[in-house]
Amino acid sequence: MKYRSVFDIIGPIMIGPSSSHTAGAARIGRTARALFGREPKEVVITFYGSFAQTYRGHGTDVAIVGGILDFDTFDPRIPRALEIAAERGIRVVFRLSDEEAPHPNTARVHLRDGRGSLELVGISIGGGKIEIVELNGFALKLSGNHPALLVLHEDRYGMIAAVSNVLAKHAINIGHMEVSRRERGREALMVIETDQGIPGDAIQEIAAIPHVLAANYVQPV
Amino acid sequence: MVHFRSIKELVERCEREQKPISEAMIEAEMAVSGRSREAIWNQMAQNLEVMEQAVKRGITEDIRSRSGLSGGAAKKVQEYLARGMFLSGHTVLDAVSKAMAVNEVNAAMGTIVATPTAGAAGVVPGTLFALSEKLEATREQQIRFLFTAGAIGYIIANNAFIAGATGGCQAEVGSATAMAAAAIVEMAGGTPRQSGEAVAIALKNLLGLVCDPVAGLVEAPCVKRNAMGAAVALVAADLALAGVTSVIPPDEVIEAMYRIGASMPRALKETALGGLAATPTGRALAAKIFGRPPAIEPQQTGD
Repeated sequence: MKYRSVFDIIGPIMIGPSSSHTAGAARIGRTARALFGREPKEVVITFYGSFAQTYRGHGTDVAIVGGILDFDTFDPRIPRALEIAAERGIRVVFRLSDEEAPHPNTARVHLRDGRGSLELVGISIGGGKIEIVELNGFALKLSGNHPALLVLHEDRYGMIAAVSNVLAKHAINIGHMEVSRRERGREALMVIETDQGIPGDAIQEIAAIPHVLAANYVQPV
Repeated sequence: MVHFRSIKELVERCEREQKPISEAMIEAEMAVSGRSREAIWNQMAQNLEVMEQAVKRGITEDIRSRSGLSGGAAKKVQEYLARGMFLSGHTVLDAVSKAMAVNEVNAAMGTIVATPTAGAAGVVPGTLFALSEKLEATREQQIRFLFTAGAIGYIIANNAFIAGATGGCQAEVGSATAMAAAAIVEMAGGTPRQSGEAVAIALKNLLGLVCDPVAGLVEAPCVKRNAMGAAVALVAADLALAGVTSVIPPDEVIEAMYRIGASMPRALKETALGGLAATPTGRALAAKIFGRPPAIEPQQTGD
């Protein structure tokens, strides 16, 4: 079931004008920001489908940048997000694509600074609800509705058990989980949505598991 | 099983357990989220407050969108009502005005609650606040109105769609209208089964409605489609309360909405490339607002 909560239907509280093109875009941007973990220096956003056709009228551009600035869907600063990004010295580039996309409302977000970069693809499926469908080349499905742990690791046996053991020890229940890899035997990405928040020491413990390359925690946006 | 997958399942559960739809929705939400009744109730109360503020702003302030395409209609209808000479009925026109109020505030980048989306955010609060006056509804009844509307939207969203880009305006204003119709029935003292009939009657009359916003903005025709959605919701609720039933059951109407939306050409699904957006006036307005004509959609070959 795509929609699980009554507040997916009656909500979110948001700045207009469009739940999919404004609020959803803000959430995609905010999820990218949460996964990146800090304010980027450079932002490249590619819009596909209806996003590409109508982004200006819907404020999709200000909303997604607002999200990258960590603004919520009801933050009254959203209409001024492009100016605020410029004031903070963030370079923002928009590209429009007529390529086929996974969904009519699709955005690719590329964040960069001196320390690293992140690239994700988000879709806005209606009513402000989103899914992240690609992260750094890995196919995945992340709703942003639940706390989520993203573990980048070497593709080898025992990794899922090792990570889930740590969660079990901290009494954290897994609601949804998937593993994806670009190539067998190389790197793999584990996406775990949990019912409870994950404390910092559990994340550190997971990051310290042999063959784990990185562990990233995102709160619901 | 706490989820309800269909209107049939929802109505049967309410009848079996002798409870209104709003209560079934609250219980399902508690079970799925693990949150307390109080937390869920308070979050809905907060949504209600934002809706009330948006309605109030829209009928009293001079709202104008940045494009200039919308604003002021809600206030005009309130002034017309105050003059005392009108045709269709006070509650209907009050609901129409309040629905437009929310959409005008939305178009002006004001704060609203997506219900189920921003483009269709006027129908539910418009009917809710107009009807509250007529029925002297309590705050509790108003909050329940939103849970009932949410239950219907939840079923539609999981079986079809609620976004204009995926299903056309029938998925947005159509869904909002069905949601409002069911909630009106409950607030007026009707049964869950009558709410289900109201869903079918309301949604049937918006099937096929395309999403063709002028210049791609959530303004024209969205504001007035919310107005008409509010009117349809009230009439559909009245029909259901009168005992009129739908030949096609509500779940099959929802399924029909899905099939129609899936076969709707892309130009009519929020791309601003067809319908009213592609009229000479629509294109001229887009050019005026953005300083260039919008792209022309290549010939559709059907998909």
